Amino acid sequence: MTIADAGSGLSWNVVGDVRHALDYAFMVNALRAGTVVAVMAAAIGWFMVLRRQSFAGHTIAVVGFPGAAGATLVGVSALVGYFGFCVLAALVISMVPRSGGRAFSAENAVTGTVQAVLLAFGFLFVSLYRGDLNGVDALLFGSFLGVTPTQVVTLFFVALGALGALAVMARPLLFASVDPDVARARGVPVGALSTAFLVLLGLAAAEASQITGSLLVFALLVMPAATAQRLTPRPALALALAVAVAMMVTWLALMAAFYSPYPIGFWVTTLAFAAYVSAGALAGHRRRRARPPAVTS
Amino acid sequence: MNAGAGGEVLRLEAASARMGDRTLWAGVDLAVQAGELVAVLGPNGAGKSTLLKVVLGLIAPSAGSVTVLGGRPGEHNDRIGYLPQRRTFEPSLRVRGIDLVRLGLTGDRFGFPVPVSGDARRRRRRAEARVREVVDLVGAASVAGRPVGEMSGGEQQRLLIAQALVRSPELLLLDEPLDSLDLPNQGAVAALVGTICRDAGVSVVIVAHDVNPILPYLDRVVYIAEGGVAAGTPGEVITGDTLTRLYGTPVEVLTTADGRLVVVGQPEPPAFHADRHGGSHDHR
Repeated sequence: MTIADAGSGLSWNVVGDVRHALDYAFMVNALRAGTVVAVMAAAIGWFMVLRRQSFAGHTIAVVGFPGAAGATLVGVSALVGYFGFCVLAALVISMVPRSGGRAFSAENAVTGTVQAVLLAFGFLFVSLYRGDLNGVDALLFGSFLGVTPTQVVTLFFVALGALGALAVMARPLLFASVDPDVARARGVPVGALSTAFLVLLGLAAAEASQITGSLLVFALLVMPAATAQRLTPRPALALALAVAVAMMVTWLALMAAFYSPYPIGFWVTTLAFAAYVSAGALAGHRRRRARPPAVTS
Repeated sequence: MNAGAGGEVLRLEAASARMGDRTLWAGVDLAVQAGELVAVLGPNGAGKSTLLKVVLGLIAPSAGSVTVLGGRPGEHNDRIGYLPQRRTFEPSLRVRGIDLVRLGLTGDRFGFPVPVSGDARRRRRRAEARVREVVDLVGAASVAGRPVGEMSGGEQQRLLIAQALVRSPELLLLDEPLDSLDLPNQGAVAALVGTICRDAGVSVVIVAHDVNPILPYLDRVVYIAEGGVAAGTPGEVITGDTLTRLYGTPVEVLTTADGRLVVVGQPEPPAFHADRHGGSHDHR
């Protein structure tokens, strides 16, 4: 089945079009899964951007690809492979010794090498599988077809647990992210929080991969968070905005993918990018208007 | 308050510190009374920051005894405000100044951050009131709503001092709070520290490598240099002979017309301080 078969007949009646899309069970599942993933990825992504761990997030997501491909090869759900490999990658990264203050910098040649090898292994697993030729595309660039109700439930409970943990450690994590020296002096377990956060990041990357594929997780992990950061410096408001942006982007992208021949990964990324660029333009406009005469103390 | 006999907040007796097999300083005797402002001075790398870390219990002294607020170092850290050596915030850091101050008060608390019970709401209101109070105290009320990354060094430093003060500490440890500020801001921040010490009765230990901006507010100084350690009142320690011995290079101490001391020739970057301080009147 191609998406265009189901999605023929786009009209100007928006409500009717949405209703038509929701007649299909796979679309309902995709919307549920997409919503769960958007909320989780945006919230954890906001902390990731604040902590400047985007490179770690990308590495974790890339590692998910051979995990998902390998899982498919041995006959278990790709979701199991994503979760297993992403969390494992997060734990390995948390053990990489810190150099120059920031852990795990992008200059790390070892990481680049390992990323390339893992991508190659993922490709090998997909080739060995021989089953679905679209497999590579789906794993790397996302797919919203064939999300099962069981997967939705799994995604939901993993997200619930992860977001619960994030809420409990939100304040100390913010403290440790912004101001690690003082946080440490105040007795905040900075190292343990860093490891715990990387595990949450692994879970978020795994969930986002389900919708956007391994290579486009940034569409949900970075872009909504970066958009929100451009709009406000208030942590609580920024988190809420990031979640709202991610949900809107996911819903619109699912509808757009349903009614167009273009893949979901493309739509999510493009819409998120549009939100990011618009936020930048808005922030620039606000700055120019509200710029008070420079006051120096 | 159980700050020990006679309101003494800090006592070092024959204390030494070692980094690897190199002795940073040895035989430091120092007693700080409640409400005193003490400067730890000396060139970079002499172990000034290490002294603060010893007081916090983060590094153990290699010899001698250290008593902090009547207990072991680290025992009463909840009653100490600490400002580590200058942290630079990335210009892109999108967190407001007031958030930074609030983290000093509630940032170490695990648990759901949104108040749900009436009790939690009252606690939240008290916390907010305290945060506003210290932000006002340091004169940063007008900038606290801006992202930290967009602030000037002086504005950031004021908010960091507010963060260190927000829990009403009895002892404030400031590590190079004047470093990399321009001269007017050095004077203003030094005056702020002096005011906090006098008005709020907080004991302050301030680490600096240039004594001139803080000199008017000091009760006691400790010089740490390769040539040894000297502690006492500014009048006792800040003399040409003592400093020349400690630094191993000629240092002169001048007295200005209004009775202030000015140290000249201290071999420490940024060297331009030595040239400008004769004519500057920025700290008052």
